[in-house]
Amino acid sequence: MSRPLVPRRDLLKGGGALVIGFSVAGTSFAQELSRSAGRALVAGPPDPRQIDTWIAVHADNTATMFIGFVELGQGTSALLQIAAEELDLDISQVSSVRLDTHVTPNQGATVASASIDRGGPQIRAAAAEARQALLTLAAKALNAPVEQLTVSKGVVSVIGSSTRSTKYGDLLGDRPFNIAFTGNAPQKPVGQYRVVGTNVPRRDLPDKVSGRYLYVQHVRLPNMLHGRIVRPRGQGAYADGAKVSSVDETSIQDIPGARVVRRHDFIGVVAPNEWDAVRAARQLKATWELPPSLPGDVGVYDQMRAARTIDTVIAERGDVAASLDRAAHVVGATYRAPYQAHAPFGPNCAVADAGSDPALVMCSTQSVYGTRDKVAVVLGLPANKVRVQYYEGAGTFGRSCFDDAAQAAAIMSQAVGRPVRVQFMRWDEHGWDNYGPAHLADVRAGVDAAGKIVAYEYHGWQHVWSTIETSEQLALGTRAAESADGTSRNLNKVTLGGMYDIPNVRLVNHRVPGVNGYLKASNLRSPLDVSFAFASEQTIDDLARSAGIDAVEFRRRNISDPRWLGVLDAVAKAADWTPRVAGSTASRANIVTGRGVALGTHLVSYGAAIAQIRVDKATGLIVATHMYGALDAGLAVNPAFVENQISGQLIQAASRMLKEEVRFNKTNVTSLDWNTYPILRFGEHPNVTPIVVQRPDARSTGAGEEVIAAAAAAIANAFFDATGARLREFPMTPARVKAALTRSNDGQRGDR
Amino acid sequence: MATPLTIRVNEQTRSVAATPDTPLLYVLTDELRLQGPRFGCGLGQCGSCSVLVDGVETRSCVTALRAVQGKSVTTLEGLPAFYAKQKKLSQPPALHPLQQAIIEEQALQCGYCYNGMIVKGAELLSHTPRPTEAQIRSAMDGHLCRCGTYPRIMKAIQRASRAMAEVNK
Repeated sequence: MSRPLVPRRDLLKGGGALVIGFSVAGTSFAQELSRSAGRALVAGPPDPRQIDTWIAVHADNTATMFIGFVELGQGTSALLQIAAEELDLDISQVSSVRLDTHVTPNQGATVASASIDRGGPQIRAAAAEARQALLTLAAKALNAPVEQLTVSKGVVSVIGSSTRSTKYGDLLGDRPFNIAFTGNAPQKPVGQYRVVGTNVPRRDLPDKVSGRYLYVQHVRLPNMLHGRIVRPRGQGAYADGAKVSSVDETSIQDIPGARVVRRHDFIGVVAPNEWDAVRAARQLKATWELPPSLPGDVGVYDQMRAARTIDTVIAERGDVAASLDRAAHVVGATYRAPYQAHAPFGPNCAVADAGSDPALVMCSTQSVYGTRDKVAVVLGLPANKVRVQYYEGAGTFGRSCFDDAAQAAAIMSQAVGRPVRVQFMRWDEHGWDNYGPAHLADVRAGVDAAGKIVAYEYHGWQHVWSTIETSEQLALGTRAAESADGTSRNLNKVTLGGMYDIPNVRLVNHRVPGVNGYLKASNLRSPLDVSFAFASEQTIDDLARSAGIDAVEFRRRNISDPRWLGVLDAVAKAADWTPRVAGSTASRANIVTGRGVALGTHLVSYGAAIAQIRVDKATGLIVATHMYGALDAGLAVNPAFVENQISGQLIQAASRMLKEEVRFNKTNVTSLDWNTYPILRFGEHPNVTPIVVQRPDARSTGAGEEVIAAAAAAIANAFFDATGARLREFPMTPARVKAALTRSNDGQRGDR
Repeated sequence: MATPLTIRVNEQTRSVAATPDTPLLYVLTDELRLQGPRFGCGLGQCGSCSVLVDGVETRSCVTALRAVQGKSVTTLEGLPAFYAKQKKLSQPPALHPLQQAIIEEQALQCGYCYNGMIVKGAELLSHTPRPTEAQIRSAMDGHLCRCGTYPRIMKAIQRASRAMAEVNK
């Protein structure tokens, strides 16, 4: 039986059947509800060809923007700066609303640092067209031609006649535009910008520091039960799912109100009290088949190399083999990069009411429309009978378990006929993530006597992304499946030497079938680029050293693109880089220091980084002491936000390079918490210097992922500079460091 | 049904229905509907759920309700009053100086870990008003941040320290 969802405006009054059971903290949330009221009655996405889909102008002379990108800690309010700019409103006069499949347009998923890159032009064009329509109305009201009108903070006046004025709010106040979005309205020239390019502060901070901010983990519904999933601790091979052998429902009968929800191999527990749900999940006697079908974290690379792969030549020019034969120096090596976890600091959480009409799911997804489709599948409903609302959770950095949690909550809510809140436990999130996939690379490159790179060959092995969430796999028996090939899943021809002028290049992508014998995988911040840069930029450094040239100077000699040179020079200057050949000052001391440089990106934008590290040879411990990152993301709409993103990437790069690795044996993942999957700690963090290379005349592009690869590889290069030894597998743990130093010493003895 | 327990949270005595073995975190979030302390790991590893118990930073996810009987619990929401009491101010400021400093530094990204960061930082500043960088690193080492905002938390603690010194002048 279904019951209607109360129109959102009624939520404000607190009446009706569905009261969002949290205190409506502050006024911003209440305002937000009223400003999207009336839009929430029809399943979306709303028609993107209508201006009313994107913007509403209110009687109080403010505007609401309907934006399809979620806030992930990156500062999506930069999009409001773009809107305010085109509308000639003050930044305080524009706001946005919660993402909701019944309210906000479908701008695609918030991935690939696309909020500004892809979303910015749409928001800019819509705002410009709205302004044009408002000026047409104003011209009529003021009896003056549009060309004689000027706008400031939404007040339209006739040039030279300041008494003749009106306001956006008076012209349209809360009425629809009823015009098509053609995208043809003239836009403001960059030279006239006064909001874009400035450091408007984040809006969410006062609520976030005081405990007023509503994370998804705080959402409660009346009559709601608390749910927990019950699975083996740590996933096995993707294809295997988790086949239940036995469940003893009586094992939790002493816990008040607790009950088991089972749908095929999907097991969950619900209870009115949250701690009882936690206890029930822990106490339930359940056993699973745990087939030994994984290769283990050490064996995975050999398994990938031996796999029957689908091979694609991603880039090919010139004659690599012949030019390597003629090169003055040739370097080459094999590189290994582990599975790494998203591991959001707060595990995913979702609240579902499958019995309402439409079914309602509140979660921390990167794509409300994508999640809607996945929830519809497990509920057996058409997509337009499901409504998904975004509530921010902890930073996710790609497809963590948010869809899995959303499906789990929906499945349990449907089974028990009440709203259910599912909070993944730490071991659920760590153990059942869609990890960034492992990567294996063989690289060879050559340089001529003049220090010019003449050839570059890269073979890379990895699998693509899992598409079926575990809840669906277990509940419906859906077979494990993978995404198609594509950007972010194949070799990246920019990060892989694309910044250098190399005449002979060959990049071969070896796609490993990842369903049988591998872990689930998906996009982890700057997908695969950390692994690519780790291999590629160490190769470039090896070339520089073999040619006897400083690493920065060597890169300069091989780059002609001014934007790559721009970030390289900016970071070298910030770090006060003095030229010398890498490793030339490596000493026999126990504690040594080194510095390294590297370049990289994700899709567009230009990233360069320098790392300074300290190595204790006795313990094998590497400490990153200072990281510098320069990013050219075109016109930075809010340079302070970009700086924060650079800083975060520098720290996360150190974490991923020095600490992070998903461990697994033949049957399952064993990295289940912060002890078994350590990340960089406060006491270990490097100082950071973020550098925004502002390019007012260049299109704004992504800033959330484009310097992490460079930063990671810079640490690897710094290790060689400090020790004279190469580490070609990460994370660069003490054990691996000591092994590399031993190999290096043995090698030097052998040379003599 | 056992007699309801009472606990003292943010200077108020609250009667709660949870059993004595319930971790304090679930009482604070589900019964008292506080939004500062929040679930992060349930293992005492990350600091997401931190509160002050008699002024000492404590992981509420692994602290049973019975363990805080007769003690004073301060959550993120109660830090301005905690600070006012400590500094003998006539009334609490809107925000603890560290909360204010975090806004001024625009420190956070997703902000989920900031409950613990602020609670721990406030504890540090309460007994070490002018911490060195090494003291901050050491004190904060049990609090993880996935977004990588450690450098800005460092700056915010230093800024708050300076602001608190001004208050004393």
